[in-house]
Amino acid sequence: MRRPARGRAARAVAWAVLGLGALAGCSASTARAGGGDRPVAAAPAAVAPAASASGDRQIIHALSRLTYGARPGDVERVRAMGLSAWIDRQLRPRTIDDSATERTLAELTTLRMPISEALREFPRPDPKLRAQIANGEMSRQEMMERYPMEKRPVRIADELRAAKVVRAVTSERQLEEVMVDFWFNHFNVFAGKGDVRWYVSAYEREAIRPYAMGRFPDLVRATAHHPAMLFYLDNWLSAKPDFRVPVGPNRGRRAGLNENYARELMELHTLGVDGGYTQKDVTEVARAFTGWTIDRPQTDAHFIFRPMMHDTGEKIVLGHRIAAGGGPGDGERVIELLTQHPATARFVATKLVRRFVSDTPPPVLVARVAGSYMSTGGDIPAMLRTIFESPEFSSEDVYRAKIKKPFEFVASAVRALGGSTDAQGGMALARASAEIGEPLYQAQPPTGFADRGEVWVNAGALLARMNFALGLASGRYPHVSVELPALVAGADPGSPAAVLDRLLVAIVADQAGPETRAVLTAQLREPQITRLSPDDRGPANTDVAKLAALVIGSPEFQRR
Amino acid sequence: MITRRTLLKAGGCALVAYAGAPRFLLRAAHAAEASGKVLVAIFQRGAVDGLSMVMPYGDSGYAAVRPSIGLQPPRRGESERATDLDGFFAFHPALAPLVSLWESRALAVVHACGSPDTTRSHFDAQDYMESGTPGVKSTTDGWLARAVATRSAKSTPFRAVAIGLALPRTLQGDVGAISMQSLDRFDVRNGDDGTARQGFESLYEQGVRDLLHGTGRETFDAVKILKSARASRIAPANGAEYPRVPLGEALRQIAQLIKANVGLEVAFADMQGWDTHVGQGAERGQLALRLRDFGAALAAFAQDLGDKMSDVVVLTMSEFGRTVAENGNRGTDHGHATAMLVLGGGVRGGRVYGRWPGLAHHQLFEGRDLAVTTDFRTLFSEIATRHLGVPSAPIFPGFRSTQPPLGILA
Repeated sequence: MRRPARGRAARAVAWAVLGLGALAGCSASTARAGGGDRPVAAAPAAVAPAASASGDRQIIHALSRLTYGARPGDVERVRAMGLSAWIDRQLRPRTIDDSATERTLAELTTLRMPISEALREFPRPDPKLRAQIANGEMSRQEMMERYPMEKRPVRIADELRAAKVVRAVTSERQLEEVMVDFWFNHFNVFAGKGDVRWYVSAYEREAIRPYAMGRFPDLVRATAHHPAMLFYLDNWLSAKPDFRVPVGPNRGRRAGLNENYARELMELHTLGVDGGYTQKDVTEVARAFTGWTIDRPQTDAHFIFRPMMHDTGEKIVLGHRIAAGGGPGDGERVIELLTQHPATARFVATKLVRRFVSDTPPPVLVARVAGSYMSTGGDIPAMLRTIFESPEFSSEDVYRAKIKKPFEFVASAVRALGGSTDAQGGMALARASAEIGEPLYQAQPPTGFADRGEVWVNAGALLARMNFALGLASGRYPHVSVELPALVAGADPGSPAAVLDRLLVAIVADQAGPETRAVLTAQLREPQITRLSPDDRGPANTDVAKLAALVIGSPEFQRR
Repeated sequence: MITRRTLLKAGGCALVAYAGAPRFLLRAAHAAEASGKVLVAIFQRGAVDGLSMVMPYGDSGYAAVRPSIGLQPPRRGESERATDLDGFFAFHPALAPLVSLWESRALAVVHACGSPDTTRSHFDAQDYMESGTPGVKSTTDGWLARAVATRSAKSTPFRAVAIGLALPRTLQGDVGAISMQSLDRFDVRNGDDGTARQGFESLYEQGVRDLLHGTGRETFDAVKILKSARASRIAPANGAEYPRVPLGEALRQIAQLIKANVGLEVAFADMQGWDTHVGQGAERGQLALRLRDFGAALAAFAQDLGDKMSDVVVLTMSEFGRTVAENGNRGTDHGHATAMLVLGGGVRGGRVYGRWPGLAHHQLFEGRDLAVTTDFRTLFSEIATRHLGVPSAPIFPGFRSTQPPLGILA
């Protein structure tokens, strides 16, 4: 174990101290000594810069907010690199090597599939089969044989779920993953609605991920054009009044204005519900977006502007006149107006501050972040930097003030136990997240999942968290490995108190409250936790799994 | 207004009681003394076609607009056909299990009921129906939660229960509603021998009085009450047989909670699959299968509870109805008004309530949908006030009914 001990932390120190530019190539990937996929163990504290208690608290806090939870050794690694240098790196994800994660994802083939290929690979059953299924005229077994699960489009979302878990658990680009989750949720689509089943993976890949650490207006533009959003919020059907479909299976059918997307674009994507728009603005924006539709939705599914569906008249949006005859430029102009609007800056800033700081966003900080939006044209890293460097972010009031949502809880539990997962395990962990209340990509309303603690805390969910903790710690999730022996390595198994100390350091960064510590210490006296030796001469073994599960299920670990 | 949660936060009597006898005994006593009315709300998510569920065969416009999915009018002695209710309306034949409840006047229908908001978006309309504030998205809590919160606080974690994965919108709020997937899985499991449960319970008993700890305490209270009441062991009575579908399972367990006397006031369950855009079917087919499970579950629930139904009202709802005319895919698209059912002891059943707006083209909403003649809040608030004894104003803020009361409850 000599080589791992001279890991990234040690080299980073050498680099910092000696100023050797040549060592700059020593990135996360080269620090993976030992060849395994698991992160290297912590560098001995003696090598790292002296730790100050408050400094560590800041590191612990930053790790809990910018990542899916600290892994064993993360605090030491960040300490060695310096907190601000680490944040800088996380703000520039492209500079971080993440090939190990990519290798784990390789088997999930639908992740890279263009929509047209997905539509070919996972054809919808023919109408006759559909009718037989719907009428219950076919036995379940017969149905499975004729329409097996692996040929169903549900696999696309299943693989996307697995990938999301794998990335959250193992990616080195943690902040980017947090932001992909955040923006997907902001521009939510429901993977179970109609053709979104085929589009959802491409949506995250094409419309969300490339801009998650880019500029906000690009996110609005990309989502507005994407078939997944066009379908989910019905804009693909929206047409000028009394439009009649001229060709195809729906020939002669009347269509008209659909306000669904226009309303959500202003209410949920940009201005916010109090952003000062009127019902008249909703109608005008809907008119501007008529003709933004999907070309061949069941074979190809590309954005297309159809002039014959478009309402060519003049529109007045938020007091701005959009001249008649603007064609596809009408919608572009609306996006411009909305993304340059101060209400949008305020709304986006509020949501970011809620995610990273507190369920009740401090207005002063929101105003500053909105200022960053306005001065940078919605640059996301600039807004994040304003948050991370703010006194509000480091305030004692917000330390561990956020309740982890179920997915954050699941991912952080695996990470805390030094765990890893492959794609199969990712699917199992995604199911666990669903059981705790957050079925990934399955938020039906356009609001996505809530980012407020009280929504996630209820009796059934809390029990589900505890049961997940027990299952995970005792290794009951296939393809998910946790490294309990490594966590307590060196602690005398005959000394339950020493084992508990190690676990508290590893899982809650030694930040357990006195009550929790007292309860867990009392638990050590339980014969089921501490097994006595046969001759009754004292403790012989400690049920590390059960003890770890209690820590994972403790109130402290539900927070970040 | 004092709710259980504020009581906990304030360290009120519920916590003081803990020092003495086991809480669940005290609470069981409370519950028994307060044993009263229960409201069960069932949401048909996806917008049920009210015109097939309760067919207006007496309207001459019906047959013409539904050439392939229309039902045949009822005819005496032909059980394959719809069942006549009052000479104008008929139950879909798949609702046969509900006919005896109709005949015994325990079951009523409110037709052409819906939201004053015109959205045809499932999620918006569900949101409005669950929050009880159509057109207002910023409402943070649900109307059922407000209804319970408005009643005097009782010391039981089981005042409001949803059977399902998450707490539905309508039960979010300040009542500490419980959501559970199943009664017998509502415990610390995963091979636990009891140590882990006891350990977790201790962890949440100590320390600060925040949302997490408060919920944790309620959770373990609830676990113990359920265990001691052996609720999940209570078998269906009176030969009731629930269909093996999620709604059947949910209602079976709600009946167990009622019979276990744990202090239930409001229960919620939902059923998916009503969004029949393609191949809806008529007497048989896709929608008929859904309705069969739906009707069988309701009927089994009433049979199971027997005399206890006198304290129970079941209210079904759906976010909107479907287009009057069938579409090009032998289905129906999103419409406006639909039909809702009210079942229970105090119900003045055997009647279809509401003014029938008619199916002629000029009578339709926006020229295509059944018009709403009864605001869903008129119905919901009547049930909340008459059955649960709570005032309407805080539960449906800003709502003043412009129509006379339905008089659906005795």
